[in-house]
Amino acid sequence: MTPNIVTEEPVTEETRQRRTAPLAERRLDGAGAATVIPKPLGPLSSPQQRRVTRRVSRHDVMLMVGAGFSALCTTLLVFGRLTPLDGQLGFVTVGFVVFLATYAVLVALTEDRPAVVDKVMSALLASAALLAFAALFSVIIFTLWRGRTALPKTNTYLQDLSRTGPLDPLSKGGIAHAIVGTLLMTALALVFTVPLGVACSVYLNETRGRAAALVRTVVTAMTALPSILAGLFIFATWILILGFERSGLAASIAVSIMMLPIIIRSADVVLRLVPGSLREASAALGASQWRTVWHVLLPTARSGLTTAVILGVARGVGETAPVLLTAGFTSTMNLNPTKGPMVSLPLAAFELVRSPLPTQVARGFATAAVLMILVLVLFTLARFIGGRPAGRLSKRQARGAMTRSARDLRRMQARHHGVRA
Amino acid sequence: MTTTIDVAPDVHDATPQPRGLQVRRSRGDRAFFGGVSFSGLVVLSIMVAVGLFLAIQAAQALRVTGIWSFLVTAEWETDRGKFGISAVLLGTVLIAAVAVAVAFPISLGTALFITEVAPNWLRSALIALVDLMAAVPSVVYGLWGLFLLEGQIVGLSRWINTWFGWIPLFKVAGADPNSPLASATVYTASIFIAGVVVAMMVMPIQCVVMREVFSQVPVGEREGAFALGSTRWGMIRVVALPFGRGGIIGGSMLGLGRALGETIAVLLILSPSFNINFHILQAGGNSVSYLIASRYNETGGVGLSALFAAGLALFAVTLVVNSTASWFVARSRSGASSEA
Repeated sequence: MTPNIVTEEPVTEETRQRRTAPLAERRLDGAGAATVIPKPLGPLSSPQQRRVTRRVSRHDVMLMVGAGFSALCTTLLVFGRLTPLDGQLGFVTVGFVVFLATYAVLVALTEDRPAVVDKVMSALLASAALLAFAALFSVIIFTLWRGRTALPKTNTYLQDLSRTGPLDPLSKGGIAHAIVGTLLMTALALVFTVPLGVACSVYLNETRGRAAALVRTVVTAMTALPSILAGLFIFATWILILGFERSGLAASIAVSIMMLPIIIRSADVVLRLVPGSLREASAALGASQWRTVWHVLLPTARSGLTTAVILGVARGVGETAPVLLTAGFTSTMNLNPTKGPMVSLPLAAFELVRSPLPTQVARGFATAAVLMILVLVLFTLARFIGGRPAGRLSKRQARGAMTRSARDLRRMQARHHGVRA
Repeated sequence: MTTTIDVAPDVHDATPQPRGLQVRRSRGDRAFFGGVSFSGLVVLSIMVAVGLFLAIQAAQALRVTGIWSFLVTAEWETDRGKFGISAVLLGTVLIAAVAVAVAFPISLGTALFITEVAPNWLRSALIALVDLMAAVPSVVYGLWGLFLLEGQIVGLSRWINTWFGWIPLFKVAGADPNSPLASATVYTASIFIAGVVVAMMVMPIQCVVMREVFSQVPVGEREGAFALGSTRWGMIRVVALPFGRGGIIGGSMLGLGRALGETIAVLLILSPSFNINFHILQAGGNSVSYLIASRYNETGGVGLSALFAAGLALFAVTLVVNSTASWFVARSRSGASSEA
């Protein structure tokens, strides 16, 4: 349909003259000038569609499946009949190479050289990723699988190993002492690192100058500190020089030294992401700097700071080497972190699997599985909390903020009326 | 009421002078600054104390042997005053080198797959998985390596030894590839296996840095390559890889720094020896962290001080590697805003 915008005026002698007049004259003339819209060419013969550029076509899938099947058969033949080879690893490797070659040949039937290279390289990239994630899943599943005998038993979580000999069955004894030890050590380490780490990252963000740059450099350098050296440091100072005994406290200090740089660096990044406009708005309203930090900066970055702390905890919970040097090893429950040896989950797993007895090894795997599940939970929590950018509220938080500001409004109005009356 | 307005000074004549700001801080602000500066100072002093303490404690042992002798001696007999880190440091470096050699292609491929190949719905899940891989405790990887991987990988070790045994690095003393009855124990507990396990911990660290860099490739250049008719791999080769070179090098070196200090997995897998051992497939090897973890308890005096000297050497190597890595990442075109 032609859009009819222009109303035709009757063609008289005058209008004809005006239309045939030179352009400049027509423009100046003004009155009665008509806009002429050219006629469209009519509907397009076929409606244009957006081309899909990144979809995998049926042809591609068929090529992949065909190459995979061919590779499987060839490898079976090679391994079973032609050469006396063995080993799962060899089977997979040979199969993969055969697959790539077959795939390249199949693609080359229809495509040109750059396309063949592209397909083969894409397959290589995908298999690198596949290998990495297969390894990760193999680690997770293997640990759970080997821990399966001890994991479902409740005594694993409720008893310690003090009255259990290495030859006792799995229905006796457990790793409650290690779970409690890990919780206590982590809690203590959090008490040390959270205030210090957050305050230090605020310092890095709120002050400029050589001192802050120096602190930042040193903290970055300390992320490189091998964990065993943190343990050795605490072992030499706290235990050998100051003469304290090996305890959960010593271990938590060592772990704190490992966690601090991680927490400071991630908190530093998070605080830097807080929009400058929020700080400026706060300053423009007359807030002093510490009020800005306390009421604007920290609440805005709360989710990111939580993530930073949780990632630090996930790292600290899994640290074995510093705990090995500072906590000592025990098989009894110890609730006092300042006295006596205390064991954590990774250390218990490490010590238990070094035993030659299968029940102890099974206990060790159960300990490792519990540790891994703990880390997985912490990690999921961190992703869940830190998924939102700084300052963006969830629905519930937004409702809470609205309630609070409504309460503020009522309070102000009440005060206002009070002054009037 | 009449007011007189002063004639404004001629703004064009006066050279613009920044107004001097006078900051008068309230008492609360002063306390706040005192508090956070103090915490910064505490963190600084803890970190410096660790380094300084290592150096001071190491001094005693270094005085006994001398720095040069400490660097070249292979034995570790502190009672006789004959000890040095050449063997353990070599073991450390070899384990880290194997780890990076194994992890590098996988992490590069994974990073490119995540940024360039994977569909959008898969991408965030894969990113989370890589982060998760970094969070799995090293003792879990160690158990996996000791109980699952070691049995599987001995075949690979034997294969490498059979075909590439003429390279000194892959030679195994006491292994006869032609004998069907040869025991597999010469291949277990080797630097190679420890390195492969450490590669599992190194890979996510490398992958995170590389992915970060590849995701910053300018869209214009990317689309320019496509518009000129490039395939996806062509785009990766001429745009993404050159752009991310700094991140690739820096990320690999960050992984190397982590691999150098890894303790528990090495402690579980390696069987110790104090010879200079180049043969990575052969059973036995050592590393600085292994040495510290196994000897810290039985010695005092010079022995402990020698451990500190070894720790100091390890720390120095790690620090140099990590600083170089940060330098590479920061100096590259892509590193302007990255955090590594």
